[in-house]
Amino acid sequence: MEESTRESVRQVVEGVYRAESRRVLATLIRLIGDFDRAEEALHEAFATAMEQWSREGVPANPRAWLVSTGRFKAIDAMRRRERLDASLPDLARRLDEGAGSAAFRDEELEDDQLRLIFTCCHPALSPSTQVALTLREVCGLATEEIASAFLSAPSTIAQRIVRGKAKIRDARIPYQIPSLSDLPERLDSVLAVIYLVFNEGYSASSGGSLTRPDLSEEAIRLGRLLVGLLPDPETIGLLALMLFQESRRAARTSPEGDLILLEDQDRSLWERGKIREGRALVEQAIASQRFGVYTIQAAIAAVHAEAETASATSWATMVAWYDMLERAAPSPVVALNRAVAVAMRDGPLAGLELIDAILNEGQLTEYHLAHAARADMCRRLGQTIEARESYQKALALARQEPERRFLERRLRELG
Amino acid sequence: MKYLLLIYTPEQTWTESDRQACYAESTQLTHELHAKKQYLGAAPLHPVALATSVRVRDGKRLVTDGPFAETHEQLGGFYLIEAADLDEAIGIAARIPGARKGTVEVRPVIDLPGLPEVKA
Repeated sequence: MEESTRESVRQVVEGVYRAESRRVLATLIRLIGDFDRAEEALHEAFATAMEQWSREGVPANPRAWLVSTGRFKAIDAMRRRERLDASLPDLARRLDEGAGSAAFRDEELEDDQLRLIFTCCHPALSPSTQVALTLREVCGLATEEIASAFLSAPSTIAQRIVRGKAKIRDARIPYQIPSLSDLPERLDSVLAVIYLVFNEGYSASSGGSLTRPDLSEEAIRLGRLLVGLLPDPETIGLLALMLFQESRRAARTSPEGDLILLEDQDRSLWERGKIREGRALVEQAIASQRFGVYTIQAAIAAVHAEAETASATSWATMVAWYDMLERAAPSPVVALNRAVAVAMRDGPLAGLELIDAILNEGQLTEYHLAHAARADMCRRLGQTIEARESYQKALALARQEPERRFLERRLRELG
Repeated sequence: MKYLLLIYTPEQTWTESDRQACYAESTQLTHELHAKKQYLGAAPLHPVALATSVRVRDGKRLVTDGPFAETHEQLGGFYLIEAADLDEAIGIAARIPGARKGTVEVRPVIDLPGLPEVKA
């Protein structure tokens, strides 16, 4: 065969791998009933594609070809194993019979992607396992990529994935879309994983760099996939929220990597396209009238996005959304954010009273942003000594370098 | 697949009438499971005050008063069920009255070949 033909086939196969490998895997897991065997079958199917497509050309429907080839490879592998180990049940025969034409219908294939997402995000798995499995199986990230994104050792991530797959297999976590009665709870778990991935990319919990954009992009991709498969209002709300936050990425840090607060950001750097898309989504979610905390947070982000300047922000609308958020999901952090919005509407004294009330209840005393917010209120009120004390408390608790530099700068500015 | 559902609750929070209501509700649940051929066994346990722990070390028997571990919540009963998968087992666990007071731990059971058969 000519070298150039082989090269062009290789490119086609690589393109199909990027576009289709996760969907093919999702279907193979259903047909084969085992993650590891399905992955093996997937790789064999692509290896066969390299050989066969060079000789016979690329099939009309590469995805269906790969699913069917992968299934045959799995049957072969099981027959070989069964010959070696007679105690194995006749899996190969069952697999052979189990896959009628229904297995290849388009809607069934879409459902397979949902099955894969819901299985990887099953609440019987720990959140860190859910995240690792989702990035590995649904997004197709390599173990090394996941490890570097989460600043973990590859062996840690690999172990998490192996244990997760073992629990799916041995505790028999089903490969299915949850029943309607379980769906809200199970969807929460999926949305939490996506938002966790996004936040890890948006605001790395420790380390020198403030953001790891690859993870945020991956989370947005997952969000889009899920909106396409299951357009629940909260799924739409979460995608909107991520798009609003992502739209500010370029404005969030200075060229030196320093944190720039929302009110000081150069709003011309905000990505209009993402904001437009986010706004359309948030309106769609609100119109459903059965939205929840992600949509409310997206609505809050939308209020920021609509203001040409920080001072033009509609703080009354903002406080109203925070009131709703506090009713839907009361937490000290929400109360703190609401206090900051109230301060913008009614002045720093009102904000300070609310923040002190939260801290006096013994809540958020170890949370650096609570002390930073308090410091900011005091600074605006001209209470320099109190402001300095609170900035110092915040600095002692902050772990991220850019945030520490920001607090140090504020302290210097106080003189 | 068989699952063992272990019910852990703080013992001291149960009043006598709580207990009677729980027994009645549980009995009902076991009959429902039995009708669906999912019931393999269930029982409430006496309080940990009646527990005795036995260990054998170097061939020597060590018998002590009390449960295996002193914990805030105590093992107070169990169900052994047959379920198609973990989701079905979780669904049954959520219907056990003790789940509202404490925690039901769902443990898949290893099917060890060669054990005597007990009919469901």
